[in-house]
Amino acid sequence: MAETRFMKGNEALGEAAIRAGLQGYFGYPITPQSEVVEYLALQEPNHNYVLIQAESELAAVNMVYGAAAAGARVMTTTSSPGFSLMQEGISYIACSELPCVFANIVRGGPGLGTIQPSQSDYFQATKGGGHGDYHLIVLGPNSVQETVDHIYLAFELADKYRSPVMLLSDGAIGQMMEKVVLPDPIEYKPDKPWATTGKTPDRERNIITSLFIQAEIMEQRNLKLQEKFKKITENEVRYEEYKLDDVEYIIVSFGLCSRISKKVVDQARESGIKMGLFRPITLWPFPTKPIEELASINSVKCFISVEMNAGQMVEDVKLSVNGKKPVYFYGRTGGIVPTPDEIINHIKENLL
Amino acid sequence: MKPGYEQIYKRPETLLPKRMHYCPGCFHSTIHKIIMEIVEEWDIQDKVIGVCPVGCSVFAYDYLDIDMQEAAHGRAAAVATGIKRMLPDKIVFSYQGDGDLAAIGTAETIHACNRGENFTFIFINNGIYGMTGGQMAPTTLEGQKTTTSPYGREPATTGMPIKMSELVSQLISVAYVERVSCNTPANTRKAKRAIEKAFKIQMKGLGTTFIEVVSNCPSNWKCTPEESLEWIKEKALPYFPLGVFKEPAKEEVE
Repeated sequence: MAETRFMKGNEALGEAAIRAGLQGYFGYPITPQSEVVEYLALQEPNHNYVLIQAESELAAVNMVYGAAAAGARVMTTTSSPGFSLMQEGISYIACSELPCVFANIVRGGPGLGTIQPSQSDYFQATKGGGHGDYHLIVLGPNSVQETVDHIYLAFELADKYRSPVMLLSDGAIGQMMEKVVLPDPIEYKPDKPWATTGKTPDRERNIITSLFIQAEIMEQRNLKLQEKFKKITENEVRYEEYKLDDVEYIIVSFGLCSRISKKVVDQARESGIKMGLFRPITLWPFPTKPIEELASINSVKCFISVEMNAGQMVEDVKLSVNGKKPVYFYGRTGGIVPTPDEIINHIKENLL
Repeated sequence: MKPGYEQIYKRPETLLPKRMHYCPGCFHSTIHKIIMEIVEEWDIQDKVIGVCPVGCSVFAYDYLDIDMQEAAHGRAAAVATGIKRMLPDKIVFSYQGDGDLAAIGTAETIHACNRGENFTFIFINNGIYGMTGGQMAPTTLEGQKTTTSPYGREPATTGMPIKMSELVSQLISVAYVERVSCNTPANTRKAKRAIEKAFKIQMKGLGTTFIEVVSNCPSNWKCTPEESLEWIKEKALPYFPLGVFKEPAKEEVE
């Protein structure tokens, strides 16, 4: 049954996965993500999923590979350094077309970095991350509620496209408590005739591999993947628009930053500045067309990408705006969360 | 068949009639065959799921007529863990070389064993990296020449060959460890019996089963297949002795 609770983001993420029909979870503790593993460990006796605390993120992602290829609904979660370790496995998973869900509760980097929230893994998440030509579907939740909703959506999209799907969240959304409505549990019945479940006489053997040693065959696999990415780009772009009628200044922000930017827009509007917010919800596929259309509106003066990094999504905004309007950037790094005041002051001093 | 003749030996139907990419004299084809004989004799094609490594046997799934997954280098134990935990009623095995299992995948090997994961390791130890052209493996013998130990393996800087069967048999959750070889017909029969026993123990859910096969590599050892058998007998087996290192009580298995 759907129910309302007051929950920490990471715990809500775990609960959402259980309700979405989770069958296998393989993870490794890392701050600020560990509550997901802990919550799922606590709840394990009440449900039918398998949980393994792996010996490393390398092992965890490969357990995900094996379990997903066996046809199960599976997930892992981690934070930035752990997500780097998983990239090899994700590349194999993308090429082998295995449905599964990842969540990166991002912390500030590079290196061991900090445990404070950040958005500095945007490039890694949206541009591939591992070796080879591939994309994950990347969702950018901005609240505990959306974390829950995106977990359901992620599992659904993973199965629909036989593709890994990830949530690019951050340490603040993972750690904060909010009211959340938990949807009804799903009774998940996998329908995966390609899975390695044991060869029966009525079918050929199923092989899950990313090895196609002849270049011509490997190219065919690449073309197949690109065809799928094209379809995802056509069908799955999601975004939110806030106060964009009559707009002159458009902030582009995702995740936690989009909530701060909403406040910025409200304050700007109060002082008579015609500002609005465009929030990409799918970070890949990126909402290129809607931004391009906004850039074509005469009254729009410029775009300002506000991020918790040194300027990553701004590149996609620039590609979307395609020279029609100026694109600026404001960001903080290393785990610093910008305040609405500093953002609006920066805009007033530099851009108005 | 001509009248009066009786067929006493054949390739198992579960081993696909394909020309293998393995070098002449290599044990891989023999080990593939004995696994597939078990699958055919026990009629368990629908129950067995295998995991291929990265190494010469990366293409094992081209020959074995069962569902299989290809793992990243060293990660077969983690992949097998994922499969077995999702499908506990199936018989799962990983098929791994010495570089895969005992170098890049050591952590996955040790921890799968330590958790007592209920699958079977089939560990092919030939003391060399075959597919990449004959480099030193963690199991290369002292003084053995390879392309990356061209003057012979030097223990002072590279350590001694790692004894995986001895190592994993120390772990409490491991149920069965045996080292076998295919260097003689008798030993090949013993190797088959060991894999059968491992599958039986796996079906009972008694813990991790680990079969090490002391194997050869005529191409990269730079010798004939026949000479490779001599090398196994004279050099490899004295360091890697055959035998059972750990097993459950008989009444538990039967």
